[in-house]
Amino acid sequence: MTAQPLLAPRSACDLPVLRQRGQREVFCGLTGIVWLHRKMRDAFFLVVGSRTCAHLLQSAAGVMIFAEPRFATAVIDERDLAGLADLHDELDRVVGRLIDRRPDIRTLFLVGSCPSEVIKLDLAKAAARLSLGFGNRPRVLSYSGSGIETTFTEGEDACLAALVPDLPAEGRDAEASLLVVGTLADVVEDQFRRLFADLGIGRVAFLPGRHREDLPAVGPATRMLLAQPYLAETARRLEDRGARRLAAPFPLGAEGTTDWLWAAATAFGVPAERFETVTRPARQRARAAVARHRAALENRRIFFFPDSQLEIPLARMLSCELGMIPVEVGTPYLHRAHLDPDLSRLSPDLVLSEGQDVEAQLDRCRAAKPDLVVCGLGLANPLEAEGFTTKWSIETVFTPIQGYEQAGDLAELFARPLDRRNRLEV
Amino acid sequence: MQLTVWTYEGPPHVGAMRVATALTDVHYVLHAPQGDTYADLLFTMIERRGARPPVTYTTFQARDLGGDTAELFKTSVQEACERFRPAAVLVGASCTAELIQDDPGGLARALGLGIPVIPLELPAYQRKENWGASETFYHLVRALAGPSAPPPGTPRPARPADRRPRCNLLGPTALGFRHRDDVVEVTRLLATMGVDVSVVAPLGASAADVARLGEADFNVVLYPETGRQAATWLARSFGQPMVDIVPIGVGATRDFIAAVAAAAGVDPAPALAAETARSPWYARSVDSTYLTGKRVFVFGDATHAVAAARVARDELGFTVVGLGTYQREFAREVRTAAALYGLEALITDDYLEVEESIAGLHPELVLGTQMERHIAKRLGVPCAVISAPVHVQDFPARYSPQMGFEGANVLFDSWVHPLMMGLEEHLLGMFRDDPEFADGAAPSHLASVAPIAAAPVEPILAPAATASVVAAVAPVAVAHPASPAAPVPATGPDWTAEAERELRKIPFFVRGKARRNTEIFARDKGCASITVETLYDAKAHFGR
Ligand code: SF4
Repeated sequence: MTAQPLLAPRSACDLPVLRQRGQREVFCGLTGIVWLHRKMRDAFFLVVGSRTCAHLLQSAAGVMIFAEPRFATAVIDERDLAGLADLHDELDRVVGRLIDRRPDIRTLFLVGSCPSEVIKLDLAKAAARLSLGFGNRPRVLSYSGSGIETTFTEGEDACLAALVPDLPAEGRDAEASLLVVGTLADVVEDQFRRLFADLGIGRVAFLPGRHREDLPAVGPATRMLLAQPYLAETARRLEDRGARRLAAPFPLGAEGTTDWLWAAATAFGVPAERFETVTRPARQRARAAVARHRAALENRRIFFFPDSQLEIPLARMLSCELGMIPVEVGTPYLHRAHLDPDLSRLSPDLVLSEGQDVEAQLDRCRAAKPDLVVCGLGLANPLEAEGFTTKWSIETVFTPIQGYEQAGDLAELFARPLDRRNRLEV
Repeated sequence: MQLTVWTYEGPPHVGAMRVATALTDVHYVLHAPQGDTYADLLFTMIERRGARPPVTYTTFQARDLGGDTAELFKTSVQEACERFRPAAVLVGASCTAELIQDDPGGLARALGLGIPVIPLELPAYQRKENWGASETFYHLVRALAGPSAPPPGTPRPARPADRRPRCNLLGPTALGFRHRDDVVEVTRLLATMGVDVSVVAPLGASAADVARLGEADFNVVLYPETGRQAATWLARSFGQPMVDIVPIGVGATRDFIAAVAAAAGVDPAPALAAETARSPWYARSVDSTYLTGKRVFVFGDATHAVAAARVARDELGFTVVGLGTYQREFAREVRTAAALYGLEALITDDYLEVEESIAGLHPELVLGTQMERHIAKRLGVPCAVISAPVHVQDFPARYSPQMGFEGANVLFDSWVHPLMMGLEEHLLGMFRDDPEFADGAAPSHLASVAPIAAAPVEPILAPAATASVVAAVAPVAVAHPASPAAPVPATGPDWTAEAERELRKIPFFVRGKARRNTEIFARDKGCASITVETLYDAKAHFGR
């Protein structure tokens, strides 16, 4: 068994892309707050928006009441729309009240929405002013999660990108360090930390971290490994700060995780034998866990509606490790540079689509008659009612699926709807 | 600018969606950014509809703003009408599109679609969901039924003697709290009176049905929030009387029968005689004695809150200690009702304010929305849900109306059940020293009575996704089983071990109150510590 990639990568550039422009059935970037606020324990997310934005967060969160969730919406009303000067005063008042109630908050994100952008409310300026006023306790930052600028997971990208300027600078002569970028469940983060430590990679940091003081330093000695496929802007800003990205497929499945870890191991000069020794037990566990679902999934045809931008790495994992046949893989945006290692492992026969025209895509889906459809919550039950078997894509964002120990769970997420359909006799 | 964490109502265009989705052949084209498509999941996941709402969103993006969003809107309307072939189309803007002022109505009309185009102006920065539903229904009725209205002042012809009286049922929508079952129950009730239902709208109606609303002899408004505005217009335009007594509870159902009988010109006696409610007898049954004077807090939409308060006091013998609504539009009605109970109505859409009010009043039962259910859970108080905003649990598989005599039975069961569970817990607690009973067993009807600091996370949709959100990103304090004793506040006199043991013998659902009262009493009296003696002194002092 070798540690090198099993499938020979080819260039991804030859895969044609079906570009779609029409109705998009995808959440906006505000949704990222749902997982970001759980991850960053001392951050608060204040959306400056409308009742719609508040309702979206409440509905998408699938969660009604935390005693004191670390997010809220400052709902703009007609009085605010009367004059912009007023709006800034109002924002100061709302933030002031919030900080009085939550002195534990170390980072406050002002999150822009469609309404705040259309009326050109300058949240960057407001954040700078407020931050200054508070003496950086809390530090106030801003980003846009609006639906006119961001699609679903792009909200996390915008949030992390906003954090990059706050990272301390590290000198050119610093010892090489590894920066893992993209929200991971704590349990996954801890597993990766142990693996990196066992590999002998000493300086490892994760962005976002759990607390503000965890903000890692960045500089030319930083090697970054993306844990999520939707971080175009964050990666660009980190590269501007000197970090170098390690190309790798995303850490989904036994092989995806191996290749991802191997990219780091190569960059840090970890000997192949050591890599083999350290990763073998978990890799074997992962393979065995994935294999348990092979019978249920092998040769099943799968159709992805665009949602989280995880579609391409998921399709790679499901086809390479479970023998599924992706028919169409839709993604809201295609960031080729970051996805090349995953794309190059996909079969050239599938339809790769970018953007969306939901009605046309539903027609393609009906014509293709896939065994499993991966789609958002608005489409799942209607497709089930038409006789399709579906998997909600949002679960791949909310559930820990990365790394060796979650590979079996990931396979199971896709096997379960098929299993369920088999069991039901009504 | 208002700081909002959880909202009782969505934006007004969601109200319009509830109307459009309720209808069978009307499409809604909404000028809105992509994120607004989240609203589809309310219908497909919470209500578990097997079809997408008939809504097309333009999903314009930032790059369209410089260009031609109006053109995008026109294309969307054109394509939606070609694909779905609706009998009428509603057009409007969500909060963002309202700011760019593209005039959806004018643009859609210019297309010459050959079907009625109904423009909706729903000011998103002032109004909310229920208002949006009412306004949408009203405009729809005007547009579709208007053409057949007689000239103003025309007297309504008398009903032919050989035709049974008939009425419309107005107000039920998609995503409504038990609307589906209420319609069935009220239709049955009317049938016992010899009254036919001509059209139910908007739920299940076609555009053609709406167009013939004027044919009925009178209108029954089941949900004033959504139906009264249209019914008022119908009364004016067609001379149709309106019955807007909401038949929730036995008393209100009897009143409803009387009002319908008057409007239809029939005898109410047979329907009254055929009363099928078991709840009045159950309430008289001796085992219900313990319900006497239970302190209840009522909060919800105006219709359900006002009705619930009446049932609570007059049909279950409770004491109403709080009554409120999140619907400012109906503040007057709720204030009037609250006065009957000697209360000041709580009119707010800030759930923190509701929580504060509940915590301060120490009710023994909360009748509220899903929000109050969470609040009650945190406070360790039993709760039953009586009103929207809805949750997946509010769409039970079984028949479960709120209205009519069967509705009264449902209310009895669903309100008394949590109290009964509480009583069982009390019995369990009394035997807690018996090794047969596990100490600290969690009340089976409450997932958690943990203190506020360790509040539980509750799924609105499916547990799987939500549980994983929590598992995924943070091992937060989730739903602990009830600890037998509430936490001791940092300040104030300490409890002796013996008093603490005595406190545990008090039923858990009043234990918090007993603890608080005792501590207040002890502080006032300057006691150094709380003994069993102090506990009973306090009980005597606060005894009701
Ligand atoms: S799409 Fe825009 S308006 Fe809609 S919820 Fe998202 S940010 Fe708010």
